[in-house]
Parts: sequence; C-alpha cells; structure tokens
Amino acid sequence: MPINEQVKLVKKEQLKNDTFKFTCKSDKISNEAKAGQFVEVKVSKTLDPILRRPISIYNIDKQNGTFEFIFQIRGRGTKLLSEFEENDLIDIVGPLGGGTFDFKKYKSIAIIGGGIGVFPLYELSKEAKETANVDIYLGFRNKDFVILEEEFKKVSNNLTITTDDGSYGKNGLAIDYLKQEIDLNKYDCIYACGPLPMLKGVKALAEEKNIPCQISLEEKMACGIGVCMGCSVKIATKDDTVKYTRVCKAGPVFDSRLIEI
Amino acid sequence: MNTSVNLAGIKMKNPVTVASGTFGYGQEFSEFIDLNKIGGIITKGTYLKPRAGNKPPRVCETASGMMNAIGLENPGIDYFIEYYLPFLKKYSAAIIVNAGGNTLEEYVELCKVLNTLDIDGVELNLSCPNVHAGGMALGTTYEGVKEATSAVRKVLDKPLIVKLTPNVTDITLTAKAAEDAGADAVSAVNTFLAMAIDVEKRKPVLANNTGGLSGPAIKPIAVRMVYQICKAIKIPVLGLGGIMTGNDALEFILAGATAVSIGTGNFYAPDTSIKVVNEIEDYLKRHNISDINDIIGKLEMN
Repeated sequence: MPINEQVKLVKKEQLKNDTFKFTCKSDKISNEAKAGQFVEVKVSKTLDPILRRPISIYNIDKQNGTFEFIFQIRGRGTKLLSEFEENDLIDIVGPLGGGTFDFKKYKSIAIIGGGIGVFPLYELSKEAKETANVDIYLGFRNKDFVILEEEFKKVSNNLTITTDDGSYGKNGLAIDYLKQEIDLNKYDCIYACGPLPMLKGVKALAEEKNIPCQISLEEKMACGIGVCMGCSVKIATKDDTVKYTRVCKAGPVFDSRLIEI
Repeated sequence: MNTSVNLAGIKMKNPVTVASGTFGYGQEFSEFIDLNKIGGIITKGTYLKPRAGNKPPRVCETASGMMNAIGLENPGIDYFIEYYLPFLKKYSAAIIVNAGGNTLEEYVELCKVLNTLDIDGVELNLSCPNVHAGGMALGTTYEGVKEATSAVRKVLDKPLIVKLTPNVTDITLTAKAAEDAGADAVSAVNTFLAMAIDVEKRKPVLANNTGGLSGPAIKPIAVRMVYQICKAIKIPVLGLGGIMTGNDALEFILAGATAVSIGTGNFYAPDTSIKVVNEIEDYLKRHNISDINDIIGKLEMN
C-alpha cells in the first residue's frame, strides 16, 4: 500500500548539468517498492506549484531502506526539486503504480530505453539479471546525453549504447540494434521505456515477432493514485469502441498488446 | 463542541465533504485516510451508462491551480451499485452521488435509479464545462437549470443538490432557478472555463482545447459567488473552490455555506480533507464557539 511520508534526502548527486539523482530514506517505501513503480513528489512547500511530480524509481535498496530517483530539470517543478539539499525532508506519496515489470518467468530478456526513459529500467535490469540473461539497448541523442553507462553495464550481460548522430557508441537508433539481435538471441520478453516513436517501434517489432513486450508509459498526472482520470491511455480494442485506462493505476507498465500508443 | 451540520436533510458529522471527480469513489483514498472522519463523500460524476471521457492530455498545471478536461469518464451506475456502493456503506461519511447525463431524459432515468438506493443525497451536475451535451449546456440559464431540476425533482425524493457553474454573468439567477424548481441545496462553484496554450506547438495544451480551472487560484472568486448566492436564496449552500486549509473552508462558511468541499486539495496531499476538519475544530476551540452552526453566514461586512 502506498503511503504519504516526509522522507529524508540522504544523498544528492548531480549527474549532469540538469540531471540529479536523489537517494531518499524510507523503510516503508523501499520495502514496498517494485521495479517499474513511481513516486509522487511535492516540489514546493507552498501551494504553488500545486501538483506533485510523478517520477519513476531508479533503484531500490531494501536492506538500507533507501530508494533513488533521477530527474532532469524540465520546467518549474523539477527546477524547484533540484534545489532540495541533503538532509532536507521531501513530501512523497508512494510507491505508486499497479502495473509493474513482470520478469520472473523469463530467461532471456531485452531491455530498450531512450533518453530519460532509461531511469525506470535500472531496477528491472538489476533484479532480472539474477535469473535471466539481460541484454540492454540504450539510445541517446548524442554523446552529451549518454548517462549511467557504467551502472547499466553492471546489471546486464550485454550493453549496447547508441547515439542518433554516432558521436558515441553505435551510430543510429537503439531499436535498429535490437532488430539485428532479436532473432539470434531468442528473447522471451522485451521491456521498453523512452520516447513515443521508440515505444511504437518496439511495440510493432514485438508484435511482429510474437514476443511479449512490456512498456512503461509517462503521462501528465494530477493525483497519481487513480482518482482523477487525468493520465488516461487508450486501451486496444478490436472494434471502434473507445476505452481508456489509467497510467497511474493500471500502469505505468503495460503489456504492449493491451494499449494503443 | 458540535461540528455536525444538516445540509438539506443530509446529516454530516462535520461540514467537510470531498468534491466530485477528485476522490473517485473513495477506495484509493481509504489507503491514506480514515473515511469515517469526513462529513460526506461526493462521488465521481456518474452516468446511467459507462462513459470513456475525453482524449488525453486531460490535465495541466497553472499558477496556483490546474486545469482538467477529463470529460466525465465513469463506469456507469450499474457498476457503482455493484462495486462502489457496498464499499462506501462501510463508512459513516454521507454518500452523495454526483449525477450526470447527455440528455434531460438520461438525468431523469438515472435519478429514478438513485432514488431506490441507500444513499444520502444526489448532486445534479449541471456545470461540467468539458462535455458537449448535458453538464454546463443545461446549467448556464435560469430556464435550463429550472427545467432540469424540476424534471429530476419529480422522480427524486432524496435530498437534491444542484451543482452550479460559475461560467455565467449572474450566478444568483441559476441558484434561484434551482431553488424555484425545488432543489434542497446548491453547490457552488464548479470549475472556471479556461485555456492554456503551448506556444512551441501553437496549440492548446489540453486535447479538449479548453478545460476547467480549479485550485487556490479560483478561491477568491468562488468565495464571492458563494456569498452572493447565500444572500439571494434560502436553501443551504455547499461551498467549494480552491479550499486547502481550515481557514479557506471557514471563509466559505462565514460567507454563508453550510458545508464545504475539498477538490483539487485532495491531489495536493491525500489527507487535505482531514487537515481541514482538524483546523476547523482548532478555530472553534480558539474562538470558544461551541457549535459550528453559530458561525454560518456570520460575516460582518465593512
């Protein structure tokens, strides 16, 4: 069950100019958290901005009772969040999300991520590697955007880094390299998080190859707990019926066949 | 100390309710707070049949507030009866169902069903700005509100609250229409029709183009409107619009509201409604007021 807690920011690391990693202390949240879940973070002590920011959990350390999230400054809210300092208390609701990464039954998996979409894939890789072969494909715009290479190397059997302009790693899109390896490596599940064109491509590829695929979606949220119906995504239907489901409650991780993106 | 109020026949242990569309049907919030501590729960706007709602994006943030254009996504009354009503009955909070419809006939059919249920009251949604039929389409004129309220009143014996839109020139006219048609109370206000534009894309942020503005940004306008309504009609008023604290709630109560609703505040923190209950009690203690009813409408004008 999610809780609303004031958690202590025990470690603040600046990974890039505009990207921060926060390590937060909460026995309850870290103990409950599952790979693929997120937290709703209050970025201000005042009423403005009023809405929390949904941010995916990057790493869970149940032993030490900490969890980590990484965020890039994208606007007013994340700018305010970046101003928190170590030992400050942050008001957090979490862990949230009913749809999490399901990986226990698979033996050979591919994980593909793009840009800031790579963050929720770390905990998945870390946990899945204990029982499965994990190949990771991460795509970035260019060399300056490449992040967490060493970290992902440690939690994978093979890590492929690509950049759109070839300035680092392999040249091209991450999905191009997944396509090259997909038949050879006989993946039994694919996991994806990243920009919409990547997710669409991965969904199509997985369906073409008839491989199960789980994708993590991002959507603007108000409540984050399932009541406001603000973060809806279309459910795939055989006819013209329009149906939505909630990213915060049914997701953020979905079986790619069940949704339309 | 007495904090209980009677809103048009709906007895509540305190004047704090949660607003339609910001609390679902209570289940998600029961993981965070004790629903027994709230005076009443006003459900998500519910229709006779399930409704998909609008295309996303449906929400965006604004200065001290937010906009939404959900489009009344809801599972329909049958689902409510089977799954949500039994859940809500486990708690002592009053159950008020927010009723919507695409046509007047749908409102009436729905209220016939609601009349048979073990609920405390009905809030008639004549004020949603995000649907093309029903909602605000019926709620912006004296005639429209009177016609819809009268039609529903004929089939509904339970307490009837009409939820008013602020998107009118004179809200006392629509409030009067509800009173004239036999409503037991009005709730005011729903969201303000608003628009936000993404200048990079040169498009409105919300897929619906416009949405309803809520949160602290609208509170002073809501307080003014509630004050005007309370002067104009005799039936009780349920006041809402940007309430985040006990003092916010007391502004509405002093302006004449018998009860209040927490809306967007529920998104700010899951326990906002409980905090408001506690802060109202603290205020009463601090001012040696033994009964909350003694301060309803006790605003002293300059």
